[in-house]
Order: sequence, then C-alpha cells, then structure tokens
Amino acid sequence: MYALSVALGALSAAAILATLVRGAALALVYPVTALAALLVVAVDLHALLSGTEVSATFALGLPTIGLHMRLDALSAFFGIVVNGGVVAAAVYGMGLDRAKELSHRVEPLFPAFAAAMNLVLLADDAYGFLFSWELMSLASWALVVARHLDPEVRKAGHVYLLMAAGGTMALLFAFGGLAGPAGGYAFDTMRALSPEPLVGALVLAAALVGCGSKGGLFPLHAWLPLAHPAAPSHVSALMSGVMTKVAIYGFVRIAFDLLGPPAWWWALPPIALGAVTAVIGLLYAVLDRDLKRVLAYSTIENVGLIFVALGLALAFRANGFAQAAAVAMTAALLHALNHSWFKSLLFLGAGAVLHATGRRDLDGLGGLIRRMPRTALFFLVGALSISALPPLNGFVSEWLLFQSVLAGPSLPQASLRFAVPAIGAMLALAAALAAACFVRVYGTAFLGRPRSTEAAQAHDVPLVQQIAMGGLALLCVLGGLLGAPLSEGIGALVHGYTGGALPGMGAGPTPLSLVAFDEARSVYDAPVIALFVAVASITALLIVRRLSERRTRRGPAWDCGFPDPSPGTQYTASSFAQPLRRVYGTVAFSARETLAMPPPGDPRPARLDVTIVDHAWQVLYVAPGRALLRLAERLNALQFLTIRRYLVLMFSALVILLSLIAVTA
Amino acid sequence: MTADPIVQLLAQGVQMLLVLLIAPLVIGVVRRVKARLTRRQGAPLLQGYRDLAKLLRKESVLAENASWLFRSAPVLVFALTWVAAALVPTFASGLMFNWAADVVALVALLGAARALLALAGMDVGTSFGGIGSSREMMIATLAEPAMMLIVLALAIAAGTTRLAGVADFFIAEPLAVRVSLALALVALVIVALAENARIPVDNPVTHLELTMVHEAMVLEYSGRHLALIEAASMMKLTLYLSLLVCLFFPFGMAPASASVGGWLIGLAAWSAKLLAGAVVLGVWEISIAKMRVFRLPDFLGVAFVFAFIAILLSYLARGGLE
Repeated sequence: MYALSVALGALSAAAILATLVRGAALALVYPVTALAALLVVAVDLHALLSGTEVSATFALGLPTIGLHMRLDALSAFFGIVVNGGVVAAAVYGMGLDRAKELSHRVEPLFPAFAAAMNLVLLADDAYGFLFSWELMSLASWALVVARHLDPEVRKAGHVYLLMAAGGTMALLFAFGGLAGPAGGYAFDTMRALSPEPLVGALVLAAALVGCGSKGGLFPLHAWLPLAHPAAPSHVSALMSGVMTKVAIYGFVRIAFDLLGPPAWWWALPPIALGAVTAVIGLLYAVLDRDLKRVLAYSTIENVGLIFVALGLALAFRANGFAQAAAVAMTAALLHALNHSWFKSLLFLGAGAVLHATGRRDLDGLGGLIRRMPRTALFFLVGALSISALPPLNGFVSEWLLFQSVLAGPSLPQASLRFAVPAIGAMLALAAALAAACFVRVYGTAFLGRPRSTEAAQAHDVPLVQQIAMGGLALLCVLGGLLGAPLSEGIGALVHGYTGGALPGMGAGPTPLSLVAFDEARSVYDAPVIALFVAVASITALLIVRRLSERRTRRGPAWDCGFPDPSPGTQYTASSFAQPLRRVYGTVAFSARETLAMPPPGDPRPARLDVTIVDHAWQVLYVAPGRALLRLAERLNALQFLTIRRYLVLMFSALVILLSLIAVTA
Repeated sequence: MTADPIVQLLAQGVQMLLVLLIAPLVIGVVRRVKARLTRRQGAPLLQGYRDLAKLLRKESVLAENASWLFRSAPVLVFALTWVAAALVPTFASGLMFNWAADVVALVALLGAARALLALAGMDVGTSFGGIGSSREMMIATLAEPAMMLIVLALAIAAGTTRLAGVADFFIAEPLAVRVSLALALVALVIVALAENARIPVDNPVTHLELTMVHEAMVLEYSGRHLALIEAASMMKLTLYLSLLVCLFFPFGMAPASASVGGWLIGLAAWSAKLLAGAVVLGVWEISIAKMRVFRLPDFLGVAFVFAFIAILLSYLARGGLE
C-alpha cells in the first residue's frame, strides 16, 4: 500500500506539474507517469502472486463511512492490466513531437486519467468507486475533446459525456440495490448481504448497463467508435486497451464478488448481449474505412467476447460446475489482459501511421511495410494476435473460451444448453471475421502500393515509440507461449470467485501445455506447436535449398499479364469488404448497392452508391431522441400557465402522492 | 503412449513424411479420375510430383515491390499446414504429437496459414491478389462457424476434442449408424470442399478471374515459392481427407495401444481410404458446376444447419430435451 500511495502520488504530482508548469518541465510528465505505473505493476504483481490483501480507510468521502481502499487479487490483476497499458502509452508519449501535438491539452490529463483508473480498482466502497469512475470518465472525456476545433470531435465528446453520465447513473442504482435497505455502502457490508434473486437480477442488469456502456456492450456502444478514435492515439490506446478493462473489472466486482451466489438465469443477458456485441462490432469494423475507427469497433467485439466468457462463468458457477466456471473465468481474465496488450499495440501503430502520413483513411494508405518496416512488423504481430491465431496470445484466451463453450452441453437448463451451440457458432464467426478484418486493415494500410503521396513518403516513428510498440509485441508473443503459467498465476484469483481451478501446469504432457479440464479432453501446447512450426519452417527451407535453383529475379508484377501502373487499380479497403458486405451487411445493416451505368456513348462516369443503415443507432438513439424532443415541445405549454392552474397542479400532485402512501402503507 | 519415445518419435516423423509424400499422389488421383470421366487421357498419376520438381527448378520472379512478408509467407504457410497435418491421426491414433493440440487448435493453425496467404495476396498490390484474399476471408467466415458446430457435435458424442481421443472413441464404438454423426459428416464434407477451394466453391484448375479464389491469391508467386504453396495446398487436401476418414471411417486405424504390426495395417488402411476419398472427390467435382461466389452462403449454410441439427439430435440421444 505504501508503494501504491507513492505511485499514485507520483501520478497526481505529474498531473499537477503538468497543469502548473509550462515549457521544458512538461517533458517530465510522460517519464514520471511511466515510472509510476511501472511501480504499480510491480506492487500489483507482488500482491497477486503472494496473495496479500491490503486495505486502508481515509477520512474523506461520505460522512460516517469514510473512504475505503483495498487491494485484493482482483484489483491487483486488473492493476497489472491497466498499468501495463499506461506504461506503453506513456513511453510512446515520450516520442511525441511536443511542438506539433496539443501537448498542453493532453499532458495534464494523461496522468490524471491513469490515476483515476487506478483509484477505481482500489475503491472499496460505492462512493469511492463512483467518484473515481466519474473522474476517469471526465479525464478521458477531456482528452477526447483535446482537438475541440473539429466538429466531429465535439460531437464525439457530446455523445460520450451523455453516455458516461447515464452509465454512472445505472451503477448508482446497482450499488443502491446492493447496499440493501440498511444502506451499507462499504463493499464488505455488501458482500455480507445477498439480495433476493429478483433484486440481484436488477442489480446485475444495472451493472450490465453501467459497465457495459463503458466497455462498449451492444447496444450501448454508440459513443465508443466516435470517442476512441477522436482522442490522440496514445490516449486511444489507453481508452480502448485499458479503460474498457476497468469496465470489465466493475462488472466482475459486482457480479462475482458483491452479489453473492448467482441464479442461473442471470447468465443469459451477458452471454446473449456479449455474443451479439462480438459479431456486430466486427461487422461494423469490417465495413469501416477509418483505421482508428476499425480498431475501436474491434474493441467492442473483444469486450463482447469477455462478457460471453463472464456469462458462461456465471452459468457454470450457478450450477456448481466449478471447473468449467474456472475455465470460462480464466478465459475472460486472460482475454482482458491479452486484449490490453494487442489493442494498445494496434492503436499505437495507428498513431504511428497517422503521424507518418497524416491520414487515417485506409483507402489513402498502402505500402507502408517498405516505408515503416518496424512499425509494420509490430502491427503485424498485433493484427495476428487479435485475429486469435496460434501461437500468439489472442488464441490462448480464445481457446479457453471455446473449451468452456464445449463444456456447455452438460448444463442442466435447456435454454442454456440450446444457447451454447449458437454462442459457439457466433464466436467462431467473430473469430473468422476478426481475421478477415485485420487482413483487410493490414493489407490495405501496410501492403500493396501506396495510394497517396503521403503514404509514399512516410517515415518510421522515433525510436522511443518503436520501443513502446516492440515491448507490447514481445508481450503478445510471450503471452502466446506462456498461457499455462499465466493461467496458473491467476489460479488463486479464479478459484476465489468460482471455487474451481484449472488442472495447472503439471497436468499436461509437457510443463508448459495448457489443459482446460483434463489431459484426455483437450490440450493446447503452444510452445510445442511453435517449436514444431519453427522446425518445419527450417526443414522446408533446407529442402528447398537443396532441391531448388536459388535464383531470384525482380520483375514487374504479373497481374495476369495486364499490370496496371496506377495504384488506384488495387483492391482497397472498400473493395475488400464488398463480399462481406453483401453476405452479412444486407442482413445486419440493410446494405444496398446501386450501380448507375451510363449507356455507351455517354461521357458521364459510372457511379456505385452504397447505403448502409445503422439500425441500432436509428432505433435506440435517434428515435428516442426525437420522441423526447416532441414530448418536450408538448410540455412546453406548461411554462405559460396562470398561477391558479399552477396551484391546482401542485395540489393534485400532493393528493395523488398522499393517496399513494395511504394505499401502500 | 506405448513403446519407448524413440519409436514414437520415429512414427511421428514417418507420419509427417507420409503426409508430405502422399499429398501430390492424392491430387494426381483426383485429376486422373476427373480426366477419365470426361473422356480425356489425363496426366500421369505422378504429375503432382513432377509439377513440384519443375517449380523448384525454376527461378523465382518477384514483383519489384514484393516485401519480406511476401517472401516468407510460403515457408510459414507450408510449415503451419504441415504441423496441422501432423496433428491429425492418420494410420494410428495416439502418436506422440497428437496430444499437443485439439481440433480447435487445428482449425486455428489452418486459419493462421490462410491469413498469411491472404496477406501475401495483398502484398504486391494488384487487383487479382485482392480479389482472391477478400473472397478467401469471406468464405472462411462462412466455413468456420459450421466447423465449430461440427466440433461441438463431436465433442458431445466423444467427450473430447482431441482428435486421437475422438478417433479412439469411434474405433471402440460399434458401427451403429448414428444419424447425428451422419449429418455432421455431410457438414464436414461441405466445409472441407470450401476450405480446399474445390468445386462448387472454387475451381482449382482455372486462371479465369471469375472462378478464382485461391488461385488469384497466389498469382504473383513463381518458382520455389509457388512450389511451397502448392505443396501446402496439396497437404491441406490430404489433411482434410484424413480428418474425414479418421473421424467417420476409422476402421483399420491402429489404436493407441498398437504395436508396429498394427501400424502397418493402419498404414495400408489409411492409404486405401485416402485414395478412395480422392476418387469420390473426383467424381463429385465433375458431377457439379461451380457456384457463383454469392451463392456460397447458401451452400455453406447447409453445412451450418446440418451441424446444428446434429447437435440437437445428439441432445435428443442423451435424453436432454426437457
């Protein structure tokens, strides 16, 4: 706790420093933040592995309650997730050109944002939690609107602020339900109470709304693709890679820790919403043409996956399937960790692309693998990881998630049992769409020929930023190989919330093989597979060396004999997405293509118009907004009543309330 | 795990070599069957080996702007496919490497190979590469959900997702025709056709842009790079045929406790089944026309629905519909 206080103090100091000081001292903000976050990672790691819990009470916050702080295994784990991302983003920030970037608008808030997220993890009562939650929202909002001169950014900030406020309101209700009639707002009194199933379900629903809106759960995801890309790239990395994990933390804390034993049907909403979120998020991502917005949509998908895993864990736990619950929980937590790595990496990579070319539109990029070789390599690692391809880290959590789905048919409730195949199919669809999405992103941005002069003249980013990306890429590779020790490391934490545990590291054929249930059922041995792939590659190379003419000639591209010198004839992001749009978009977004072909002899160009309707936005945001406006206009008449009528209104309100009391009492 | 590790390692090595060596022959049989049925002489059965040797002897012509990704993709694709092929029990279940991963990982390994190939297709920046990559990834999004459901159906039946375990289960089971598994078989056949770019999903013998998925992606490759990619796609076909026979026709396969003699029997049985599968594929390919790309959702939708029904039926079989 001492070291934590020091670290948080350092973060706050960095924030204050950045607000007060101008000029050269500002250069210290990112290094100080990085060091402080690194210190917190160390403390959290120690707390997680040694199983120590620290708590403290401060004479702040609500009267008679005070402000409780506590560091337990769950907080420590998410602390590692959060501060790892903070370190990477801060190191990346050191390489930003401070003359060009809006540093005076970003630097004061960056450490404050990091500190607020840490406070959410440490808070041990409802007041502290909500206070830090709001602080986190506001700090990130201020970072989003750093470039407030752009109307797009202003709109994003507006939507974000509204949704964040609504989410916090929902959480307020959730804590209200948890506190019970006596109103115990400290978390340990909430733990002692277990609400009735119906109240519990309401609390869970409120938590799903509150944390889901922060994490981007469908249909509360609308702000995320607007706000995340609008922020400066290293802040986008924090928001997508890290702040969504704080939302996950909130949900886990409420659903698994404070609520007490679950009823089985509580699991259905998170599972269903999560699966829908995963697929819809990726369909948006596959059709979008803006690099950073694609990444934001993909965040939505991953949050959906984590919610599916948490829902499955709830379902298994309610039915007493301890081990299956542990597998699902491990999948959720590992995916949160993995996603924080590769999503931060991808956003930093997008920032590098933006910095080097000034463009975010995929159809204006291309060929960057030759101009920015290192960024291209790291981005490739991130893209393959997020597509859940072995032997990288995304696949480890995906594999565990599939294993927990495969355990689903043994669930006693028919509705869950029938949901499971559907969920499995949706997860597989999400995985395949993710691969398609990132092949598209990487293929159009980094491969091929440059589609604009900016892309043709790009240069790689400063070394410090390459180090930030390289570190994350290395983590992605290591996390892929060391899935077994990682799940071992969070074993105690998972056991605490599910009562089950994975077989552990000695259970498989080799020490590093990951076993979900038992060796006979399913094993994934990443190191062995990676080794085999390496050996097979070397063997293949040797065979080819022995047998082949090793001559290589460079020539013009073949392209079936009609190479076209213009880069405009390449496949673009839009053309890549066209088959997917026709297959899925027609169903999900009523996508329509209209082709206007002028007859021969007519000099007008042909036109292809594509219309895509975002039904969720139309139905859930635009329509209620209009209804509210209409209602407000109707009620406007109430502003111009005579004083007698006002008195009548007040009197009748009083009568109605009194009669209500009479009836209920 | 039976005998000492040395024998095990040898058997595993033999399996990897066998898959690599038999793959061109399987393709040769398919082509030969198609040729004979369309009243052509057809190339000799060993043409696949000759093609590979020819490609290896030729120099590689790389486009001027091909990057390191383009050059390294063939080797990685080949290696990933080869390792995936090593995971499928062929002539014996319970070989050394069979435990290292289950079906989920197997599908993902092939997915990794596919993603790398699709990236390589985008690398040179021609419209052909793009069309191939884009369609390949679209087909994958249709095939993978069906594959997942097939895996789920098998897992419900056999209680494991390790292929060797599923194979052992089916060896031990009496050959009762189980409807749900028959449906899963049909679904897996459809997925295998899609994954291997065979008719009606893609036509492996053309270079016409209208029928190109897989061929368009590898259009820019030549020489030894193309040899590796061709070898990988041949192995992939053998892998899927092996998967089908190992899951649904495992008779003759040596169980985990078998001796070297049992392995030999298994070897003979496997080769015979593989060639039979190749003949069936050839007959199938000339009896049906290629579909338009946007009819594929219907075709793969059939696989999806069949796999789903298979799962529901296996629930029924376990008496779990209440």
